[in-house]
Amino acid sequence: MRLGVVPCGPVGRGLKDITVASLRHFAKTLLLGELLSGLALTFKYMWKPKFTVHYPQEKTPQSVRYRGLHALRRYPNGEERCIACKLCEAVCPALAITIESDVSNDGTRRTTRYDIDLFKCIYCGFCEEACPVDAIVETRIHEYHMENRGENIMTKDKLLAVGDRFQAMITADKTADAPYR
Amino acid sequence: MLLNLWMQWPLDLRSLILMVIEVVGVMLAVVVLVALMTYAERKVIGFIQVRHGPNQIRIFGLPFFKGVAQPFADVIKLLLKEVIVPTKSDKVLFLVAPLLALVPALSTWAVIPFSPQFVLADIDAGLLLVLALTSLGVYGIILAGWAANSKYALLGAMRSAAQIVAYEIAMGFALVGVLMAAGSLNLSAIVESQSGGVTHWYWLWLFPLMVIYFISGIAETNRAPFDVAEGESEIVAGFHVEYSGATFATLFALPEYANMILVATLAALMFLGGWLSPLQGVLASDAVFAQPSFVWLALKVSLFLFCFLWFRATFPRYRYDQIMRLGWKVFIPLTIVWIGVECGLAWFRVGPWAVG
Repeated sequence: MRLGVVPCGPVGRGLKDITVASLRHFAKTLLLGELLSGLALTFKYMWKPKFTVHYPQEKTPQSVRYRGLHALRRYPNGEERCIACKLCEAVCPALAITIESDVSNDGTRRTTRYDIDLFKCIYCGFCEEACPVDAIVETRIHEYHMENRGENIMTKDKLLAVGDRFQAMITADKTADAPYR
Repeated sequence: MLLNLWMQWPLDLRSLILMVIEVVGVMLAVVVLVALMTYAERKVIGFIQVRHGPNQIRIFGLPFFKGVAQPFADVIKLLLKEVIVPTKSDKVLFLVAPLLALVPALSTWAVIPFSPQFVLADIDAGLLLVLALTSLGVYGIILAGWAANSKYALLGAMRSAAQIVAYEIAMGFALVGVLMAAGSLNLSAIVESQSGGVTHWYWLWLFPLMVIYFISGIAETNRAPFDVAEGESEIVAGFHVEYSGATFATLFALPEYANMILVATLAALMFLGGWLSPLQGVLASDAVFAQPSFVWLALKVSLFLFCFLWFRATFPRYRYDQIMRLGWKVFIPLTIVWIGVECGLAWFRVGPWAVG
C-alpha cells in the first residue's frame, strides 16, 4: 500500500491504485466538501454591507486637480488671457487643438480660432501645463454630453463661456493647487 | 342576473371557458414569475458580489420595491427591438425554433399540482409527461443553433444536446427512486404519499437522489456552472448568438427560466413534500400552520430557486469533458447504486416505501 500519494489522474484505474489518500480524495469529492465551503463563503458575502456609491444621488470627492471639460480664462478686467502662442497646440499629444491667430483691433496677438475636439482629447492636461498665461485650463466638470454631430468641437466662444460661467470655481481650484506647482 | 345568463349556457361551453381561463392564468403566472426570477437573479448575484443589483426602476414610481419593475422594462425593450434574421439562415426554422423551445416549457405546467385542489390536468402518468416534454425543449435549442447558420450557434447547440442527453438519464434514474417510493407517476399521489411530517418526505431516504436530481436539473436547464451551451468566453453566446429582440426573449429568457422554476417545483414536489406542511405532526392536526397549502409549496420552490442563483454566483463554469464525466461516470452509477440500496431497504421494510 502506498500511503500519502495524492492521486492527480482519475481515481482507481486498478485495484492496486487504491490508496488511503485516493479513498480520502474520493470521499471528499463525493460529499462535495469544497463546493459546500465555497457556497458557505458566498452566502456569508451576501450579507456584507455594500460600498456602492449611488452615483447620481451620491458623489465621490473630487481633487482640485481633476482634469475634465476645458475652459479659457480671462483676466479680472475681462481681457482674454490667451496670447495665441500655440504651445498647447504643439504639446497636445492627441492633436486635438487647432489654433489660428491674427492681430486684433487693439494691436495685440489674439486667437481667431481656438478649437478643441473633445473626441480626440485624452484629458492629459498638457495644454494646461504648457500655457504660460494660465489661459487654457481643465475644470472639474465631468458631466457633459453631446447630442449632435459637431458638438464635440469646443470652439473659442464655448470655451470662454465655460470659463466665465465657472470662473469662481476655476479660480478657487487653481489657487488651492498653486502651492504645489 | 349575470349568473343566470351564465347558467343558461351549455355545460360543455362553460367548462371549456373555465378551463381556458385556468390555463391562461397559470401561463400568465409562470411568465410573471419568470420576469421576477430574472430580477431575483440579478439581485441575489449582486448581493453575493457585494453590489446592489437593479434598484432604479419602480412600479409607477412608487417609493418602495425599488428595481422590481426592471424585468418588465427589459421585456418592453426586448419586444420593441428589431428581430434581425441573418441572411443565410433558414428563416422559417429560425423563427419557429424559439416557439419550439417555449411551448414545452410552458405546457409542462399542465400536470403540476399547485395545491391539493388545483391542478390543470390530474393525469396518471404526469411525471412521464413532464420528462417527455422537458426533453422536447432541446429541439428548440438545436434548431435555433442550426437555423442561425453560425458556427458558434451550432457548437452551442451540439454542446447543449449532448449535455441534455447525458443528464436526462441521471435525472430519470433519480426519479425512478421517487417512483419506487411513491408507487405512482401521478404528481399529486407522489406528494400525498409523503404526508406525515418532515421525516416522511423523500429527501431523507433519497438524499443522494435529490442532490443528483437537482444538479442534473441545473445541467438540464443549461444554467451555471453547466452553461457551456452559451459559454460566452469560448463560443460568444452559443445557440442564441444570432437572436435579438422578441425571439431572444422567447428563445432564451422565457424557456430557460420557466424550466428553472419547473425543476425547482418538481424537486419540491418529489423530495420536499410539495404543499405539505413541515409542521405536520408537530402541531395539532387542526392548527393553521399544519395544513397543506400552496404557500408551503411556494416556500420550498423559492428555496430551490435560490439555490440556482446561489450556485451561479459561486461556481465557475465546468469544462466540457468534466461535465460529460460527471454525467456519465458519476451520476448514473450513483443513482443505480442508490436504487439498489432502496431495493434492499424496501425488501427489509426499512423506511417509507410503496414497493417491496
